[in-house]
This record gives sequence, structure tokens and C-alpha cells, in this order.
Amino acid sequence: MLRGLSILRRPRKLPALASVPVFVAVAFAMLFGELQPAYSLPIYKVRAIPAFARKYGLPCSACHTAWPELNNFGQVFRDNGYQLGNDHDSPIFQNPSYFPITFRITPNWHRESTNHQPVDAIAGNPSSGLVDGRVVQQGFDLSGLDIWAAGTITKNISFSVLPSANSSGAFHFENAYIRFDNLLNNSWLNVKFGKFELDNLISEKRFLFLSANGGLYQNYHFVPVGDSTNFGLGDNQLGVELEGHSDNSYRRYSVAVLSSNEGNVGLPANRGYDTYLTFSQAFEAGRLGLERMGVYAYVGERPTIFQTSAALAAAGSGTTTPIAGTGTGNKPFYRTGFSGDLFLGKLEFLPFFMHGQDSAFLATSTAANVPLPVGTKSASWNGGFVETHYYVTQQFVLLHRYEIIRMSQQALPGTPAKLGNIDGYSVGYRWYPIMFSRAGLAWHNEYSLTRTQGAVPLSLDGVGLPPLVPTNGVWSSSILAGFDFAF
Amino acid sequence: MKTTISLAATFLVLLALAATGFAQESEVGNLHGSAATGKVLYRRYCVGCHGPEGDGNGENAQWIDPKPRDFTAAVFKCRSTPTGTLPTDQDLFDSVTRGFVTTNMPPWRPITNQNRADLIAYVKTFSARWEKEKPGTPITIPPEPAVTIASILHGREIFQKNDCWKCHGPQGHGDGPSAATLTDSKDNPIRPYNFAAGSRFKCGVSNQDLYRIFMTGLDGTPMPSYADTMQPTDAWDLVHFLRTLQPLHTQEAATWKEWLPAHRQEMKPIGPEGGSGASQ
Repeated sequence: MLRGLSILRRPRKLPALASVPVFVAVAFAMLFGELQPAYSLPIYKVRAIPAFARKYGLPCSACHTAWPELNNFGQVFRDNGYQLGNDHDSPIFQNPSYFPITFRITPNWHRESTNHQPVDAIAGNPSSGLVDGRVVQQGFDLSGLDIWAAGTITKNISFSVLPSANSSGAFHFENAYIRFDNLLNNSWLNVKFGKFELDNLISEKRFLFLSANGGLYQNYHFVPVGDSTNFGLGDNQLGVELEGHSDNSYRRYSVAVLSSNEGNVGLPANRGYDTYLTFSQAFEAGRLGLERMGVYAYVGERPTIFQTSAALAAAGSGTTTPIAGTGTGNKPFYRTGFSGDLFLGKLEFLPFFMHGQDSAFLATSTAANVPLPVGTKSASWNGGFVETHYYVTQQFVLLHRYEIIRMSQQALPGTPAKLGNIDGYSVGYRWYPIMFSRAGLAWHNEYSLTRTQGAVPLSLDGVGLPPLVPTNGVWSSSILAGFDFAF
Repeated sequence: MKTTISLAATFLVLLALAATGFAQESEVGNLHGSAATGKVLYRRYCVGCHGPEGDGNGENAQWIDPKPRDFTAAVFKCRSTPTGTLPTDQDLFDSVTRGFVTTNMPPWRPITNQNRADLIAYVKTFSARWEKEKPGTPITIPPEPAVTIASILHGREIFQKNDCWKCHGPQGHGDGPSAATLTDSKDNPIRPYNFAAGSRFKCGVSNQDLYRIFMTGLDGTPMPSYADTMQPTDAWDLVHFLRTLQPLHTQEAATWKEWLPAHRQEMKPIGPEGGSGASQ
């Protein structure tokens, strides 16, 4: 769901040594939505489709451990192109009044608190100078709204269209794709075309946290301070995906070729394509449940140089304007690691590990035709999280997550080693008093706390600026209580 | 004092019996299913259709056709056991795994084997029959004879002679003259199987599954068991003929299509006037 897009925290500041070509490149990227913000945020979140529950008469819990998180039955249903395989999937079997559409929104109250923020020395007097202070905000609010249609056009051709609005009602397409399922009558061959969620074993679109700090995986959106790479593992991307799975989806793979514009519509600045690969294998562990482990790798490039034209110079600005779609000087980045979904009876663990690396050019926002500063290296980091769900009942789940990111190599030699490091803690619970086959209502309580070393906290809401003292860790907390409902 | 002790003892005995009665279990291969665990799973996956009491009156039952199974009656279509007997745990397990084609019951293969075994254990708590009776002994299925045109033609004769066409239709499309009048054991309308619809039967996909269906019958439906009236060789011949009614690339279909063009004029159509023929 879209959450407070207009008040997203600002991107991290670029280092002062950024050259003119870099500035041009970044300005272009910002202008055309390619690099804004430096890290992407999961402004659209949770997914569950009561329309399918209505279609099949199944309770939410049949497909979701706790909605919107999918269980393996739901995963198989999705992998099969929203088909259960009982020959009742095609629209021809539905009552003509049936339409596969779902609405979801979360009225809530939330409180955001961030320390080490530059605030007026004298409140309301901007000329009084800046001092280090804490900013606290709170109030009643709305999440964004998802209006999601998904289903089958005919047997083995499925679709999804998700216009999503932020809390002010501004819409965009969160996803829109068509999928050709079971090609050659083979579950290992399915092709998806359009804008879609990456085939992450741990979905950020279907997870159980909603608050500004906890409602995203920091690892999925992290880039080092000053880095110009615009990519988020949790963000929906534009492209084509080949996916395959065994009958029960215990074994799965996917290969996706994606435009390098971070899911934004319009032709990308880059002329190259990114690639995402995943593989996972599940096995039964008796009464413990189903255990799944997987690996992934995302390899991409981003341009560092753009063609410019004097004829396109902005009037009176004295600068030239990049020509859209002419990005060159591509430099690579990658994200790779493993993840899992492990059950110990009612206890579910979601471990995740990532190693990321960005080219020195991207990490310092330097154009490829400009020499790198002396001593510059690629930026690399390691991160991960462990998320825990305890299902007291199928209608009550306790939540916890600890997340960590540590820079292993800064791009510039003078950069503090810990700059950008992140620690995140989240706890909460969801209670589902209503979990019918036609609608669902959850009461959601969550507390989340994040510490970001020397940089803007990666969050969805509230105030966020770099600390006055770069060595300070910025603590940012969220409390959220709300009714999450879908019908 | 004695009275008090007797009452207490009686209470404890009743309590123990009650506990025993609900401690239903299942055995599927090496898996041991627990009703207690199955209850949680049942509420997660099954309650919407089959209802909290297992009587087939879940919140969605009113929208579903055919209606969900009523577990309190302990009458099951898909069994390896003779008609009128309880199915084995393996039968129930296979049914849950396979689902029921053209109904709202999906294949539940995505949930673990252990989960399905636990669900079976819980489903058995809904009827006292499981306390009083043991499952029937699975029928013996003799080896399948070779597919020949003689076998298919004999099966065709059996299809006519046993009035299979009255429900399933002369061409197996489920549109026989009696089709519209059929009801199940709860007086809900029920449709005969349409052989032209695809590859899956209610209770399996293989020739052995098809053999088993008409030798055990589908309890709770008008489909009777032919175990007492049909010889095994005849049953296999009928299997071979029924396969020719399906739009599949089977050995039976190939044999039939090779033979038919040269003999079409000899065939009498299946139906009221028919003796041994069906127009293909």
C-alpha cells in the first residue's frame, strides 16, 4: 500500500566531491525518476485477495499463514496462475456477477520519533541556527488503498492489475502483468510479462509489518551513503519472468530479465537489462512442518553518463539537460544471498542474508568518463534479518524481527567505516477477529525501532534528515495501531 | 461415602471413555496422524465448506455445487473397500491429496503429508461409525489384461447391457436420459461423470482407479458397485471401452480409432434400441 508518498524521507546527501558530470547524471536521474530517492522504499505493501476466497469458498487461512503472508497452499495457487486445478478455475465456471476484485486499506494511529535531527535553536525561528533535537509526530492516519484485480482470463492465462493509491488518493500502477501458465502442459514453464514483484522467497509485499520503520526490509532497499544506484529488491519491476515449480511448489526457480528503471514506467535511461535469478527447495520435516531454503542473485547496471544538448538547455539555467534514454557508461552492481522459511510447529522463522556490492563509480556517483578519486573502491556490505512469527492461533500471531546491515567496505578511503550501518528491531501482533471467505479484518499493533549510523533513517514516514554530527546514530521509532481490512 | 466414591469412579470412567472416543488417529504409511493437530488444520483449511461440525454446512456450502461432504455420515465416494464399508485411512488421504475434479475440493498436495494425515484423523472424529466399525478390506484388483479391440468391444457391450448409458449417456457425455433425475444420498442433484471432460476421474486417473470405481461404487451417489455382478475380466473390458470415450491419446483410443473406420457400419448405436453399439 502506498503510505505517505509525499512525506517520504529525503535521499541521502551526495559527497561534496561529486563532479559536474556526476551532478548532471544525478540531476537527470532525479528529474526522470531514475534515482529518487537514493534508496527505494516499499510504499506499497500488503497483499491478500479475498476475491479468490469468495471464488473458491476457502477461508483466508487456507492460502495465508496469516494474511497477507502466503503459506505453501497459497504459493502453489499463485504459481499455478491463480488456479486450484479442480477444473473450476476458468471464469466460465463463475457466476456472471463475480468479479475478481479486492480492496484493502488500513485506518490507523501512529507515532513517529526521530532523534539527532537538525531543528531550530529557537522553535519557529529559522535564523536562530540548527541544533540537535528530537522530532516527534503522531496522529490518526490512513494507509494507501489497493484496488486489486487478479485471476484467470481463461485456463492457463492469468493476470493481475493493481492500481494503488497513496493516502491522498494519487494512483499509479503497482503491478500489471499477464502470465502464460503451464506452457506445453508443464508446470516448469510459466512466463510473466509486465510489472510484477520479484520472486523473493520472503515477500515484502505480503509481510506482516505495517509501521513506517518496520514496514520495510532495510536490506531490500539499502544502498551506501552517496551511492547513486536506484534499486530495491522489494520493489516491483518491469520485465519478463520465466518461472517453474514442481506440482507442490516444493522446488521452484525463476529467471527474470528486467528494465533498469526500478519499475518506473517510461523507457529507462539505461539501455541494458538487469537479471534476477532465484531457486528454492522445500522439504517436509514431520510435525515441524515445511522447511524451505533458497538462494537468489540480482545483477544489474546503471548508467553514469548521459548525452546532453545545448538546444535543450534549460532557459536561463546555464546548464544542459540530459536526453532521456541515452544513458551510457554503465557500471555494475549486484545483490546475492540466501533466505529461508522454517517452521518449528507454530513458530516460523524467516532468515535472510544478503551480500551487496556497487561499482566504485556508482558508489561515489562518479561518471565513467571521469577519473575516480584516489583510493576509491567498490562499496560492499553484508546484511540480514531474522523474522519470527508465532501463531498462537490461526487468528492471532505474534511478530518479531531483528535486522542488521554492516558496511564491509566504504567506497571512499576517508569515509567512516560504520557510516550507513543499520540495526532494526520490530515487535507486534496481529489479531484477526474476522477471517471469513469473503472478507478479513485484522487489529494490528506494532512497535519498531531503527538505528542508522550517520545518515537519514530508511523509513516510510515522519521527518528524516542526516544528523548534524555524521558519527551519530539516528534512532527512529514507530508505533502503529490500526485496523487492516480487505474485502 | 460409598455412593460418593462410586459416582466419582463412574465419572472418571466416563471421562476416560469420552477421551478415548475423541482420541481418533490415522495411519498412512509411516505417518501417524493426530486428531488434536488435525483439528487446528481443519479449522484453517476445511471449515469454510465442511463446517465446524463436519456436517458439510460451512459458511460457503450454500454457494457450492456439488455440496461439501458430510463427515458425520461417514459415507465416502472414493474407497478401495467394498460398498457400504468405511474407507481406509489411505483412501481418505488419497482423496484429500487428489481433490475432486469439477468440484470445489482442490488437490491438497501443497500441504505436508503429515498435515494431511492429521486432517484424516480429525475427520474421523465426526462420526461414531469410526469407533464402532473397522474399515473394509481393500478389494483385489487383478492384473490388467492387454488392450485389444475384442476387449474394447466387449466392454462396449457391457456398457450397454448394464445401462451405464442411461446416466452417462450413449457417448459418455454425462447426458443420459436419467441424468437429470439423479440425486445423492442427501437428495442434492448430482451429475454423472462426463468422460469427454478430460483425464481425471472423481477417484483417480489410472485404469486401476477406474476399475476400482465401479467395483466399489461411489457410496452416497447413484453409482453402484458392480462387484457382485461383474467378473473381473468384464470389468477390465469396460475400463478399456470407457477410455475410448475420453479425448486422450491412450492405447485404448488408438486401438479403437484404428479399427473403427472400417467397421463403423457394423456398429449399433448405444441406447434404448442398441445392443452393442455406440456411434463415435
